[in-house]
Amino acid sequence: MFLTYLLRELSNRRKQTVVIAAGMALAIALVIVVSGVAAGVRNAQSSVLESVYGVGTDVTITQTAEPGADGGGPGQQFAFGSGDGTTTDDGSTEVAQSTLSAARGTATFASSALATVEGVDGVSAATATLSLENSSFSGTLPDFSQGAGGAGTDGTTGDGTGTDTDTDGTNDTDGTDGTDSGTQPAPPTGGADGAGGSAFDVDQFSVTGLDPSAAAVGPLTSASLVDGRTLAADDAGTDVVVLDQTWATSAELAVGDTLTIGGTDFTVVGIVASTSSDAATASDAYVPLDTAQALSGLTDQISDVYVTAASASGVDALKTDVQAALPDATVSTQSDLASSVSGSLTTASDLIGKLGTWLSVIVLAAAFLIAILFTVSGVGRRTREFGTLKAIGWSNARITRQVAGESLVQGLVGGVVGVAAGLVGLLVVNLVAPTLSAAATTTAAGPGGPGAAADAGGAAAAGGGGFGQQVAAATTDVVLHAPVTISVVLLAVGLAVVGGLLAGAVGGWRASRLRPAEALRSVA
Amino acid sequence: MTGASPEPTGTDLRATVLPAPAGLTDPTTASGGTPPMYTLTAVTKTYSQGKKTVTALDGIDLEIPAGQMVAIQGPTGGGKSTLLQVLGALDRPTSGTVRLGDSDLSAAGDRALAAVRARDVGFVFQGFNLIPTLTAAENVETAFADDSVPRPERRTRAKEALASVGLAERAGHLPGELSGGQQQRVAIARALVKEPTVLLADEPTGSLDEATRDEIMDLLEGVWRDRGLTLVIVTHDSAVARRAERRLRIAGGKVAELLPTS
Repeated sequence: MFLTYLLRELSNRRKQTVVIAAGMALAIALVIVVSGVAAGVRNAQSSVLESVYGVGTDVTITQTAEPGADGGGPGQQFAFGSGDGTTTDDGSTEVAQSTLSAARGTATFASSALATVEGVDGVSAATATLSLENSSFSGTLPDFSQGAGGAGTDGTTGDGTGTDTDTDGTNDTDGTDGTDSGTQPAPPTGGADGAGGSAFDVDQFSVTGLDPSAAAVGPLTSASLVDGRTLAADDAGTDVVVLDQTWATSAELAVGDTLTIGGTDFTVVGIVASTSSDAATASDAYVPLDTAQALSGLTDQISDVYVTAASASGVDALKTDVQAALPDATVSTQSDLASSVSGSLTTASDLIGKLGTWLSVIVLAAAFLIAILFTVSGVGRRTREFGTLKAIGWSNARITRQVAGESLVQGLVGGVVGVAAGLVGLLVVNLVAPTLSAAATTTAAGPGGPGAAADAGGAAAAGGGGFGQQVAAATTDVVLHAPVTISVVLLAVGLAVVGGLLAGAVGGWRASRLRPAEALRSVA
Repeated sequence: MTGASPEPTGTDLRATVLPAPAGLTDPTTASGGTPPMYTLTAVTKTYSQGKKTVTALDGIDLEIPAGQMVAIQGPTGGGKSTLLQVLGALDRPTSGTVRLGDSDLSAAGDRALAAVRARDVGFVFQGFNLIPTLTAAENVETAFADDSVPRPERRTRAKEALASVGLAERAGHLPGELSGGQQQRVAIARALVKEPTVLLADEPTGSLDEATRDEIMDLLEGVWRDRGLTLVIVTHDSAVARRAERRLRIAGGKVAELLPTS
């Protein structure tokens, strides 16, 4: 009787059933889409963070750069002596220099901090890295020996000090304007364009020195090997390098090639890529830590410590303990790091987190309200019916059960339709696959100091910073994939059940409060 | 609680209005020695209507023997339906006591009153009050207010009840597909299927034409006679009232006996 009565009532009141179910479906679909997109954004943030900090890193330790500290100077300088470079047949001089230094805005600290961290309770694994920046300068200088003095009328090598009769009244050294009646020097010859010009290439890429024996934690834990091999324990002290695939492609380097880092030739032994489909790894090149320290002159210095906590629940306590052990260090948890992700990914996250969530809540509340109002209105229209049923002996509980059952089915119908609509919505999101840009800023400049950032794409980004300025890194594009999880579907169905039961409870309560005599009297 | 089957007198009742009684001084007077089905003592029922208080029942003392067919007449607003609701455990009196057999309805809680309605009382309404979305048989089944009767038995008894009112062939029809007389038959089947001891009918023929009215009254009278029910009918129709063995008139909340004419 319960089911028969329920189904007959719902089919007889199709309009009400459709309105309630449609409202519920809209709300459920919205919840699914928002939840799916939010999960996608979270995954994107995680992949960005993992590409920078590696998998399994719970806490990172850095030190804020002090003004004038390494990397905080006015910029890289290249110094050449008079005998440097290679002179070619046309008199041009080719010069090249490669230096390895701490990345701008990166403060280094004593590697003994690693041992301190490893001694803190709750540390499962820890490893140290040194973030460096390789800068290379190469170019061709013209032959200045030809222009040391112009061919003056005195028949001697001009020194440029002769009387200048040119029209602008300035001292002319190029000998092309006016008539140099004195000892005007000759112009340089050769050079990049063969006519006395010069051309220079300046290139930078990021280099991370890491402990080749640390496999459990560190920036390479989120990378997968594409070609060759990764660093091994016996690589310590050797000149081998593993490259990020994206950077290696742009630099046209492959396993077996040679790459000059800090003036030393390194053999490329492997190519790695981020496990995230669209993000690059944390650095362009990875070399053994001790090699990096030696080449950069930062002996026994490190820039980052990556820590894995013994238990996920103990991360906050671990942060406190590490901070106590290293008072001058900046200790960050994953949640702290998440706030360092910037770009349109963050905008999307904010949008989903605030607007999406509130929109879902509002629509859900509206759907619940519609369901409740329609149910109460339906109870009002069925006063005679419920009065009669009470007169023939139906208990309040049975009437409440009947009303609640009808509302529950209406909610479930809406839930099923909403789940289907929500899945279609997520399918559309995944087909469109919007691309979001993201950058994970790893270092904030101190007061008055310049800042630098290591971006998720691995491209070095540097710039001068003002007071307290954070320098944005070059962005990484992350394609948004909104996952469908069974938990979200269950959540949606659960909300539909809750909505139906809520409306049924209110409607049933109204029905149960009807006094049979008054109900019959009111419709007599 | 079932009394002996009374014989309808068929005697014309003289429409003599007695002075409003302070109460039946001798409860056995009307029952003639039969155990009372209902005993009402100083029953008062008041309602609030805005700022006014309306007295629907005003200190009624009444006794209805088991198996009696009683007609209650009176003007609109005189308290007929209120009295029927008090008798049917739909409402409790503001003061006084109402006893149904051994049960004190005036002191019972909602759940106990619902149980009394489910077990002992059958209702027939002027407007039939069938559930429009349920078939005739399903409407009859709603009378089984709980699941104590197995489903197959409920279905069998519903069909038997419909057959007893001559609607076996209409069991699968919705109320909207039935005439007024047929709908009232379904309502009577619904009231009878649980085999109550009391059948209360509120203007059961008020919405029917004369021919159908007589059919329904024949049916009710036959049921009353065959099953030995206590039958209380509220009616405006004197032709209906005259078929009862006892007639009461209620006006201004007070009840009076209408004596048979000599």
